[in-house]
Amino acid sequence: MEVPFAVMVGVLFASGLYLMMQRNLMRFVFGLLVLSGSVNVLIFTAGRLTRGAAPVIPAGLSTPAGEVANALPQAVVLTAIVIGFGLIVFTLVLLLRVYERLGTVKTDELGDALVRLDDEDEV
Amino acid sequence: MNLFVVAPVIVPLFSAAVLLLLRHSQGAQRVLATLSTVASVVVAAVLMAQVSSGGIQVVQFGGWTAPFGISFVADHLSAVMVLIASVMALASAVYALRDIDPERERSGFHPLFQVLLVGINGAFLTGDLFNLYVWFEVLLISSFVLLTLGGRRAQLEGGIKYVSVNLLSSMLFLAAIGLLYGLTGTLNMADLAVELRHQDPGLVTTIAMLFMVAFGIKAAVFPLFFWLPASYHTPPIAISAFFAGMLTKVGVYALMRVFTLLFTGDVGYTHTILLWVGAFTMVSGVLTAAAQSDVRKILSFHIISQIGYMIMGLALYTPLALAGAVFYLIHNIVAKANLFLIAGIARRLTGSFDLGRIGGLFKAAPFLSALFLIAALGLAGIPPLSGFWAKLLVVLAALEAGVWWIAAVALGVGLLTLFSMTKIWQYAYWKPAPDDAPVGAAPSRLFYAPVVGLAALTVLLGLWSTPLIGVADAAAAELLDPSRYVGAVLGPEAAASLRAVLEASLGGDQ
Repeated sequence: MEVPFAVMVGVLFASGLYLMMQRNLMRFVFGLLVLSGSVNVLIFTAGRLTRGAAPVIPAGLSTPAGEVANALPQAVVLTAIVIGFGLIVFTLVLLLRVYERLGTVKTDELGDALVRLDDEDEV
Repeated sequence: MNLFVVAPVIVPLFSAAVLLLLRHSQGAQRVLATLSTVASVVVAAVLMAQVSSGGIQVVQFGGWTAPFGISFVADHLSAVMVLIASVMALASAVYALRDIDPERERSGFHPLFQVLLVGINGAFLTGDLFNLYVWFEVLLISSFVLLTLGGRRAQLEGGIKYVSVNLLSSMLFLAAIGLLYGLTGTLNMADLAVELRHQDPGLVTTIAMLFMVAFGIKAAVFPLFFWLPASYHTPPIAISAFFAGMLTKVGVYALMRVFTLLFTGDVGYTHTILLWVGAFTMVSGVLTAAAQSDVRKILSFHIISQIGYMIMGLALYTPLALAGAVFYLIHNIVAKANLFLIAGIARRLTGSFDLGRIGGLFKAAPFLSALFLIAALGLAGIPPLSGFWAKLLVVLAALEAGVWWIAAVALGVGLLTLFSMTKIWQYAYWKPAPDDAPVGAAPSRLFYAPVVGLAALTVLLGLWSTPLIGVADAAAAELLDPSRYVGAVLGPEAAASLRAVLEASLGGDQ
């Protein structure tokens, strides 16, 4: 069960990194989304996958009966998703501001745009 | 439960919440923000005193015993880092009172600065690897906003580089945590320290390299440093100075933590790479600094160069070298942040950061010139200032370990640092101002308060270095004997089992 997930993580990781190396920063953000998703799947898979056994303790017992799914990676992934969401939203807003102020989101044009437009006071 | 272990996080977190409520009253915000950093210094000093007298302090959150809950651990390294972070926050907060414009204050400068301190202190104190990731993100997201607050074009352009490279580093860090969890089934650092000794060394070293890259980006080591000089000079000086002093050092701290506590199974491999990384970081930082003419950019490249010395101390991995690295960390945070603050005052006096366009500061502001000389010569390592002891310790450690070439590199880079500092002196202070120099204005006296304080600290750490050397020695002893950390978190049984494993592996080597 873990092997196909591991392959999927590898493919997603590679696609994410490929997108992040593009000149268009919008694609960089998409790459970041894919990478962040693949890391979450990685953590989820690293906790080992158990099908159809929710980590619920039956009434009257103090430990689960038999083998159950690992709940810790799910808690970790949930935290990572929330953090990732905040970071992506910030990056998108930053990109929007860059586009408004510098007129481009291409990495190779940003420096030129800065030199061309920057007449602002430094303080 | 020892409240002072969590207080360095609670105090700024609480004030950040209150500051948000006070966002319409700038006067109240300023008073509270300053008081909060003063309170942070006080609780950090108490924690430092407790660790010095009572050894490693541990708090288990919610009463869950380790490794099931999240632990906060304050050993000598953590405590001294928390203390210096709080001191630097105080210095920057006082400087910010006059440096940060009302527009940025309305946009939330004060609460963001407190949240940045929360993230930094949390990262220093946590004993859980995933929790470390969370604190890293807390400090990153607030540093993102602080860096781009104001929205000047240069800030946005620098911000893009800073944000994108740091996000990539966070993803690698998280992936490494996931792999480590898959290998050992635990995230508690003390528990990992025990578990990793029973794992396949090849897999552990592979994950260690992932951590080296992730933290290496955050610490701005060669060849992963390019985001730093592209962004650190863009925000207002109060923010730049705090970033320059503290942020990369959180990465250095994380490297020191994982490469002493967790990844010491193959020191011959990992720490040799770190040694070369340290050497290249020192040399590339100082050489690229020579090509710059903006004071802030020169100083930014020197941040990188100086980090090489700390990585060198970690890589040599002897008691003297680690003590030197800790001393270097503290000394450098103070001297580097102070140089930024001084550059800010000079900018107000002369109207520019560009060395070619300014001059005559020695005549116009002799007191500022003296302060610059203290910080600059301290950074270059001239006795009796703090940088001299820092360099002496790491160079002695290199000679003691028989790695003479790195000692030669360290001394050579020290000489080039001195050259770079005399270049700033020559252009900004000594030569007369050019005819077409921009006009400046006399800065507020309040700017001088933190600068004088930090310069005094540089002199004090040089003339009276015994206390800090004592702390650095104690920190190095703890770092080199992970069983003390493990014993404090998991109890004596786990420490004894780790000690047995370590001794067995030592016996196997001989």
